[in-house]
Amino acid sequence: MSDLKQIPAIPDPDAIEPSDVYDLYFGPNHPGIEGNYSIRVRLSGDRIIEAVADGGYLHRGFEKIMEERLWMQNIALVPRICVPDPVPMEETYARSVEMIGGLTPPERAQWIRVLMLETSRICAHLFTFGGNAATVGLYTNMFWGVTMRDLFLDIFEEITGARIYHIYITPGGVRRDLPDGVLDRLEALLDELERRMPQFEDLFFNNAVVINRASGTGSMSAEQALAWGATGPNLRACGVASDIRRDDPYLVYPQLDFDIVTEEGGDALARMMVRKGEVVQSVRILRQVIPRLRELKGPVRCPLPNPLAWDLPAGEAYARTESSKGELAFYTVSSGGPRPYRVHVRGASSMHAVQVLEHLLTGARIEDVAQIMFSLDACPPEVDR
Amino acid sequence: MTDITPKDKGSMLRPLKALSFLFREPATLPMKPRPAAKAYRGFHLNDWEKCVGCATCQQICDNDAIRMVHVPELPADPAKGVRPRRPAIDYGRCCWCALCVDVCPTGSLSMSREYIHVSRDLDTYLILPDEKGMHGEPYPRGWTKDDDTDLLDLTRRNMPMEDADARADNFSEICEGYDPQTAMLEASRCVQCGMCHDACPAHMHAPEYIRAIFEGDFEKSVEWIYRTNPFPQVCGRVCTHRCETACSIGKRGEPVAIRWLKRAAVDNVRQEKTIAIALRGMAKEKTGRKIAIAGAGPAGLTAAFDLAKLGHDVTVYEEKPEPGGMMRYGIPEYRLPYDRIDADIDVIRAAGVKIECNTRLGRDISLDALKGACDAVLLATGLNMGRSTRIPGSDHPDVRAAVDLLARITAGEEIDVPERIVVIGGGNVAFDIARSMARLQRRKYGKVDITVTALEERGKMLADEEEVIESAEEGVTLVNARGPKQVVIEDGKLKGLETVKCLSIFDEEGRFHPKYDENDLILHPADMVIEAIGQMSDVSWLGEELTEQLEWSRGRIKVDDAGHTSVNWLWAAGDLVRGPDVISAIAFGHKAAEDIHATIMGETD
Repeated sequence: MSDLKQIPAIPDPDAIEPSDVYDLYFGPNHPGIEGNYSIRVRLSGDRIIEAVADGGYLHRGFEKIMEERLWMQNIALVPRICVPDPVPMEETYARSVEMIGGLTPPERAQWIRVLMLETSRICAHLFTFGGNAATVGLYTNMFWGVTMRDLFLDIFEEITGARIYHIYITPGGVRRDLPDGVLDRLEALLDELERRMPQFEDLFFNNAVVINRASGTGSMSAEQALAWGATGPNLRACGVASDIRRDDPYLVYPQLDFDIVTEEGGDALARMMVRKGEVVQSVRILRQVIPRLRELKGPVRCPLPNPLAWDLPAGEAYARTESSKGELAFYTVSSGGPRPYRVHVRGASSMHAVQVLEHLLTGARIEDVAQIMFSLDACPPEVDR
Repeated sequence: MTDITPKDKGSMLRPLKALSFLFREPATLPMKPRPAAKAYRGFHLNDWEKCVGCATCQQICDNDAIRMVHVPELPADPAKGVRPRRPAIDYGRCCWCALCVDVCPTGSLSMSREYIHVSRDLDTYLILPDEKGMHGEPYPRGWTKDDDTDLLDLTRRNMPMEDADARADNFSEICEGYDPQTAMLEASRCVQCGMCHDACPAHMHAPEYIRAIFEGDFEKSVEWIYRTNPFPQVCGRVCTHRCETACSIGKRGEPVAIRWLKRAAVDNVRQEKTIAIALRGMAKEKTGRKIAIAGAGPAGLTAAFDLAKLGHDVTVYEEKPEPGGMMRYGIPEYRLPYDRIDADIDVIRAAGVKIECNTRLGRDISLDALKGACDAVLLATGLNMGRSTRIPGSDHPDVRAAVDLLARITAGEEIDVPERIVVIGGGNVAFDIARSMARLQRRKYGKVDITVTALEERGKMLADEEEVIESAEEGVTLVNARGPKQVVIEDGKLKGLETVKCLSIFDEEGRFHPKYDENDLILHPADMVIEAIGQMSDVSWLGEELTEQLEWSRGRIKVDDAGHTSVNWLWAAGDLVRGPDVISAIAFGHKAAEDIHATIMGETD
């Protein structure tokens, strides 16, 4: 094991040998990182010769807390596991509970869930556009991305009553039906997004600064990506057409028409290009979901027992969802009772922010650390649950 | 840096595009303040008129952000299920999930569209929300409960029952009871607020035994039941279920069927196992004290069971041939089968209680003899004589007391069943006798002609609603707001009952003082009139000396809360001193037993 993984004792200044190799703490509070996340890097000059990721600064013990809470209470906890993209957390937990309990959400609820998931994906990618641009010094892009995302949060606020922690998807469906007129407003917002996309294109993807900084930065081959456990846009940027919405469909995705966006190169630029393409695909999906929801009527939740007296049968379920970060999965185990026996969250970022990041940083330069981290769209709270 | 050129260089004029942004509003221009969305989950609101302080919000809160605060000026009414407590929210812990709103049984909680509170005083973040909002600032309503969001099941599981045709001419039990699966489903509706526990005279551990049923552990449920009630078979069938009146689920929906669940618990445990469970905690050694109890009704037998479990030597003396008192001789078999009473009494006998039937105080055994032989005597002889209306003609031999007839039906005696009967009374006893006589009439004549004349309006009946409905299904006619005027007798033969319109029952001070409209008279033709307007006690067996010695209060023996009379060795409990139902008698039996034990053991310890 590398001694970089150990917290070193404070050395005697007189005893330090002159050397061009030195260790640097990158984080845990760093504007180039989403959340509290630390990377200890060993540098020779400005070149990284070794990196150790440390996600422990954001440990909130989600998995353990979930064992102490009722099945229904946990819906309030799960969106917190990944702040920028909370809906897949709710969806995946709910689906794992449904699999154990043998529940099927009504059809309308399934369409609403897809609407939520794809809207959340757009939000998460807009956030990452902005963040990624900021890592190469392009702050206008960051403001644009976050502003656009805010308009989508308004839609969430209207549907769920909250902008970030929606706590909307429950096992068996969703908590309430869509308010009147929200589909019209979402549609108008999609038009607005489509109007602004060329501007993002100009300012970011056709920007020489971005292209020069991102091309070839943090690149990996498809083999490497697979070996390191990369999923989602990071894997698709290596040319692998892997998407859980296709490979292991859930909800009503089989009824929807969309493409799996892939790019070649596996570098920071390719990863962002994939995300750009996915925003377009999410808009395409939403354009199919909205008319369907206009005509489809019915309940939005299957009948559930009183949440205070709700025992699930013993069993286990592995539910997975294509989140904006990659494969998100909940492995939920019930020993037959009111609470989960064990919940394991496979946060997509736990692979991207640890082994993928450590590999990609080795040999990279210090100024690219933030960009590589952001291009992987690693969400630290997902890493240490 | 890797040297890669842009993929699309485009026109050299492209940078000029930026000029177009000069005249546009920046994307990042601060947005104008706007109200939060209609269903926003902001600070809490709570309608104090609706809130009953059940604390279900506190239970669902996953962050322990809700604490119930005692508000002394609020009304407290355990019988109605109202506690003077309201939820206080700690916004240092709240996560705004609104599960408290979705689970609130009364629908009093909601959330507002306001979410900003800034103060240096940390205490201001702990608030007691009411309708007005936070710290008296009015907030618009946001997330509220609706049919989609409601997390409670407000519909009761149906009790399988014999239909009217199948039951109208026989005395077999009407309610068939829940099967285990249905019982578990019904139990799952409970939110464990404990309103039922507070409302029950015996303070039964209903939340606990319901929870055990939900968990499928009927034996554990029976164990919880036996901690406070040795008559689960009886109370599981005929209890006045004040618990259900107080049930917080009943505030918007149908209350949890607590009574039927109690029955389901004992129905699903073998009798031998029930006995073993009931006798847990039995004293290993005898105390050597002897206690005599007069009357084998619910109060007497409950006290006997408690005292026997404490190691005392208990003998119960009963005038009738079978133990059970009013449970057996007052309640018809179709509501409470006799073998179910026997099942409960067998458990009590198994605790070592000796029951001597056909033994009447004063006739077969004297109180003096008991006083000499025992350390304590408990009187629990109940109310076994029917009250009379004392209207003209009520002394006619065809004017009968409901309790006498019910007792004779239980004893299997032949009784006169005329073709037309009128019952005076609007309580459960009136319907018990009406429905019993209806069965006998249907057997004898193939038809029913019974009229129940109740003093009360239809909506204010004392009888249980199901009694009124089921009796109508069986052919009994109910006439409301009629007071008895006189029994009409011609040539010594009873012709019927004349009733007068009742305008009001109670006076301004709430005392029983009916007002009648003397011009509105109706004659109900009948061959028999049955009075079911209440019962009274027969205490002639006390003897002159003891009657003198005892203190009295409004014609009843005066006792303290534990049933101790003014005579040191004598206790009295149950209907004899305080009514009105089985569960109250059981509660009184417990108190008396506790006091007797403390007194007789205290004398020597």
